[in-house]
Amino acid sequence: MYGVLERLGLRRSKLQLFFGRKKSAKRRLTQQVADLTGAPGVKLTARPEVLLGIAGKDFVILAASKAAMRGPTVLKAEDDKTRQLNKHTLMAFSGESGDTVQFAEYIQANAALYSMRNDTELSPSAVANFVRGELARSLRSRSPYTVNLLLGGIDPVNEKPHLYWVDYLASLAPLPYAAHGYAQYYCLSILDKHHHPDCSFEEGLALLTLCTDELKRRLPIDYKGMLVKVVTKDGVREVPVDNDKVVRSA
Amino acid sequence: MSRRYDSRTTIFSPEGRLYQVEYALEAISHAGTALGILAKDGIVLAAERKVTSKLLEQDTSAEKLYTINDNMICAVAGMNADANILINYARQNAQRYLLTYNEDIPCEQLVRRLCDLKQGYTQHGGLRPFGVSFIYAGYDHLRQFQLYQSNPSGNYGGWKATSVGANNASAQSLLKQDYKEDCALKEACAMAVKVLSKTMDSTKLSSEKIEFATVGKTKDGKIYHHLWSADEIDALLREQGLAKVDDEPEAGDIK
Repeated sequence: MYGVLERLGLRRSKLQLFFGRKKSAKRRLTQQVADLTGAPGVKLTARPEVLLGIAGKDFVILAASKAAMRGPTVLKAEDDKTRQLNKHTLMAFSGESGDTVQFAEYIQANAALYSMRNDTELSPSAVANFVRGELARSLRSRSPYTVNLLLGGIDPVNEKPHLYWVDYLASLAPLPYAAHGYAQYYCLSILDKHHHPDCSFEEGLALLTLCTDELKRRLPIDYKGMLVKVVTKDGVREVPVDNDKVVRSA
Repeated sequence: MSRRYDSRTTIFSPEGRLYQVEYALEAISHAGTALGILAKDGIVLAAERKVTSKLLEQDTSAEKLYTINDNMICAVAGMNADANILINYARQNAQRYLLTYNEDIPCEQLVRRLCDLKQGYTQHGGLRPFGVSFIYAGYDHLRQFQLYQSNPSGNYGGWKATSVGANNASAQSLLKQDYKEDCALKEACAMAVKVLSKTMDSTKLSSEKIEFATVGKTKDGKIYHHLWSADEIDALLREQGLAKVDDEPEAGDIK
């Protein structure tokens, strides 16, 4: 088909734009993605899921959106995208559904096994590095996990708060505040302006409200509100938040 | 009688004993003494180096004290060839833990992993158990300074002061006599040479005959371990009045 039209003086690339790319070209594109990511066919673009983390003076807040989505469909409105790993560590996750829970519970089980074997808990930094290692291993396998994570915890020895940002390419970054998904685009600037490392828990919650208000104002998706949990030296607890608050658009 | 039961490590004798393990312990009780003392600000390990022949090249490096990782060292009593295998295993395990969790392995965990290996040779086997006892000195954030001892059966325990090897019974009772709770590292070093001088055959010591190592904390809170050089050992011996004076005949020599 191209041959005939090309003889009429039309360029193939123009034609491809019109008729759609040939399959081989498509494959080349995925190959390029694979080259960039180092793994075959792994790609995780920003998703309509919200993960937020804020570390303060003696606490870490993790917040995750409550909608379980499949494409544009909301499958569940009360989804818990967090798992408690041990007394002082909490993990929030987003990404390919199925992968997320599978991976999170794999980590949860391994943290529990460590506690049972050694009568001590892994510190948040040890858990974070373990998670990173497992993701890095998975990334180089035939079917990698596509999961993004936030890990918050209190070091039981010195009672310092720790927050780690981990993405599906197994990058690990200790941060004072962090976000995954579309929340990054709306919230990081707010957090950047208002966060300070020894903020109190009340200030932390107020900061989180600033972020969620902005998401309600600008994110054109209903993510079914946020589930908010906080880690302190006494353990993990859920924080009741008002998700029904109406925020007027700018 | 025992012939029927002592050729295999894995079989109990009618009295309920594992002869091969007992023989391994016996082998260790002929090796040079090693001891460890826990102080409030550190740990000292000391070991007797057996000089077998004047013709043998005196190895400048330590042969009874080894570093395992950044915050752990150990002293060996028993068969050196066996010890090398276990120390290699311990070092690999310590590094693997560091790679996985990005922090140093807690001391007791490493001791336990080694002891699991040793235990394996008393149960599944056909071969013989490892003929080595270890004294481990280390530090971790959970339990600060710690001193452990392990033997060929795979048992281990935490100690304030302990010894293995030849004359370990008398060394142990000397340690029991002299040990003070909350002693400083310096006092512990003095006690270590004192006990060694009494348990060794010759009363006058020299850096050729003993090895010394300490684990401690620097002023800015960093953990260090240090294998002492010959000069440092000689200085300590002089300080304690136990050094050999060159023209003085050694005890046991014919005067």
